[in-house]
Amino acid sequence: MLIDLKGIVKDYQVGLEKVHALCTIDLQINKGEYVAIMGPSGSGKSTLMNILGCLDTPTAGIYKLNNAQVSTMNDDELAEIRNREIGFVFQTFNLLPRATALHNVELPLIYNGTPAAQRREMAEKSLEKVGLKDRMNHRPNELSGGQRQRVAIARALVNNPSIILADEPTGNLDTRTGDEIMEICEDLHDAGNTIILVTHEEYIAEHSDRIIRLRDGMVERDEAA
Amino acid sequence: MKFFSWSEIAEGLGIAFQALKSNRLRTILTTLGIFIGVVVITVIISVIQGLNAYVKGEISFLGADTVYISRMPWTITDYEEYLEYTKRKRITEDHYEFVKRYATLDEAISLEIATRRTVKYGSESLDDVIITGTSEDYVTTQNVVAEYGRFFTPSEVNFRKNVCVIGYEVASILFEDRDPIGERIKIGANTFSIIGVLEERGQVFGQSLDNMTIIPYSVFEKIYGNRRSLEVQVKARNPDILEELIDELIGIMRRARSLGAGEPNDFSINQQSEIMDLYNSITQILYIVLIGIGSISLVVGGIGIMNIMLVSVTERTREIGIRKALGAKNRVIMWQFLVESMFVSAIGVTIGILISMGIAMIVRSATPIPVNISLWVLFLGIAFTVTIGIFFGLYPASKAARLDPVEALRYE
Ligand SMILES: Nc1ncnc2c1ncn2[C@@H]1O[C@H](COP(=O)(O)OP(=O)(O)OP(=O)(O)O)[C@@H](O)[C@H]1O
Ligand SMILES: [Mg+2]
Repeated sequence: MLIDLKGIVKDYQVGLEKVHALCTIDLQINKGEYVAIMGPSGSGKSTLMNILGCLDTPTAGIYKLNNAQVSTMNDDELAEIRNREIGFVFQTFNLLPRATALHNVELPLIYNGTPAAQRREMAEKSLEKVGLKDRMNHRPNELSGGQRQRVAIARALVNNPSIILADEPTGNLDTRTGDEIMEICEDLHDAGNTIILVTHEEYIAEHSDRIIRLRDGMVERDEAA
Repeated sequence: MKFFSWSEIAEGLGIAFQALKSNRLRTILTTLGIFIGVVVITVIISVIQGLNAYVKGEISFLGADTVYISRMPWTITDYEEYLEYTKRKRITEDHYEFVKRYATLDEAISLEIATRRTVKYGSESLDDVIITGTSEDYVTTQNVVAEYGRFFTPSEVNFRKNVCVIGYEVASILFEDRDPIGERIKIGANTFSIIGVLEERGQVFGQSLDNMTIIPYSVFEKIYGNRRSLEVQVKARNPDILEELIDELIGIMRRARSLGAGEPNDFSINQQSEIMDLYNSITQILYIVLIGIGSISLVVGGIGIMNIMLVSVTERTREIGIRKALGAKNRVIMWQFLVESMFVSAIGVTIGILISMGIAMIVRSATPIPVNISLWVLFLGIAFTVTIGIFFGLYPASKAARLDPVEALRYE
């Protein structure tokens, strides 16, 4: 089992009030699964993704990733896990604006100390997978939205992570470009990658083989697509 | 475990460089305080060092191993004191003889008495020449050398011969290319034969030491009278016994003046280090005041850096979030911002040192003071860079490092 969540709770303190973003989520995801997370706005999708991606720690509960207890790790250990195990794809791309596509893709490798030559080779290969090898020296503002998201996917892939987490990856793209991104995701899934994706669109969730629906911080339904 | 990998270090440098490049004007303005501080401190240190070397060089003609017995001290800092000194009795030839008879630690003893007169040769004349009356031992106590001819002998002193040794400047102005030895010159109304020319001695605080004519003191007294107080010059046998020599001379002079046990000395024994001491006590104060000013501007500059780094951290909150999401550890983020603040302070220090070098060059060519920015000032600059960069960058950098990745990624 790749991901094992038991009784995950996430509370936010807003003023005097406690907001229960997630209440007791139990969830298992296996290696190679393609999971879509859906639910109304404010239902806790992003909060869950942040916890899955080790960007945030739960208020209570146990999160095991590859059998490692993530919920009790410190900042440095979490950073290492993010670097090694997780590839993020964000709705707003989150590329470094002043860095070239190649450098953006190289970043995760910089933080795990990969030597420069090997780094470049891996980053180029990753860009090739998303069909952007000829644009590797372009900066984000010289690329279209779809191309930017492909760079972000190349960056997420470059380290061969255990999971690719995509929070509304097509949210800022038109339908046609969104479809292109979904095709890439499908290819990645076929190549054996584990993908967890947040979306509002049913037709995008159709691409996955399992849909988890959240409501008010709880799993409302968990079914095969 | 390695703290940083090379790629992380290189990434930090690259980010800092890029960040500063895209904010050129802001960076330069930020470094203003730093570079003013550096300029003040390095220029002050260098000018004072240069002045030290200059003053030391200037007063070296006094000789480190020679002491001077005179009526008043060389360095008087108080007018009341000065008035007291003017009441003292003069130093006379008798004192010179007395010291000469009883001193044991000396290598040579001379006396000196001086005035200014016009010197003439044929139709050429030179005003305001220092006329020095002295004895044959002047050569030893004052380290002067006759470049042509010779200095006078004890018998020429005893028999009051009208002979003279002229300074280099006097020789070159009155005689140009001709040989002055054996020629006759007039000092005021009296005629003297030239027996020697001194080698060139240069200037002291802008005063020429070559604009002089030396005659036997016996002749000096015959012509100009004996109402002036003279100076007895005593050279120690070696520089190590200078203190003993001074004690001995005080004893001899007190005997010569028949001073009782409780009475204070009514003469002064001067030496080169006295001038240096006075000079040092003046520059000490300058040092403290100006380095204080410099340090204040460095601190102000440092706070400027801290401020701009805080702005930088805020501006790049999202970037920090991205980097953290991709696996940058807290200390890597910290390093990134520390490098940036050290970069800023390095720019300030570098500009400061360059400007200081320019100022040093201008001072050097416009004044006789040998101002140089020495190597250790450069090291000091590097130390400042690192210290200010780290000290004032630490807070913004740790603020960046502690950012919560989720919050940072959400930052608009
Ligand atoms: N930093 C925070 N402080 C306080 N409350 C928060 C914080 N982050 C999220 N929440 C709250 O937690 C709940 C879940 O938010 P979350 O962002 O996970 O929703 P979401 O399902 O991703 O919504 P959307 O579809 O709009 O992106 C919301 O009620 C939200 O207000
Ligand atoms: Mg969301």
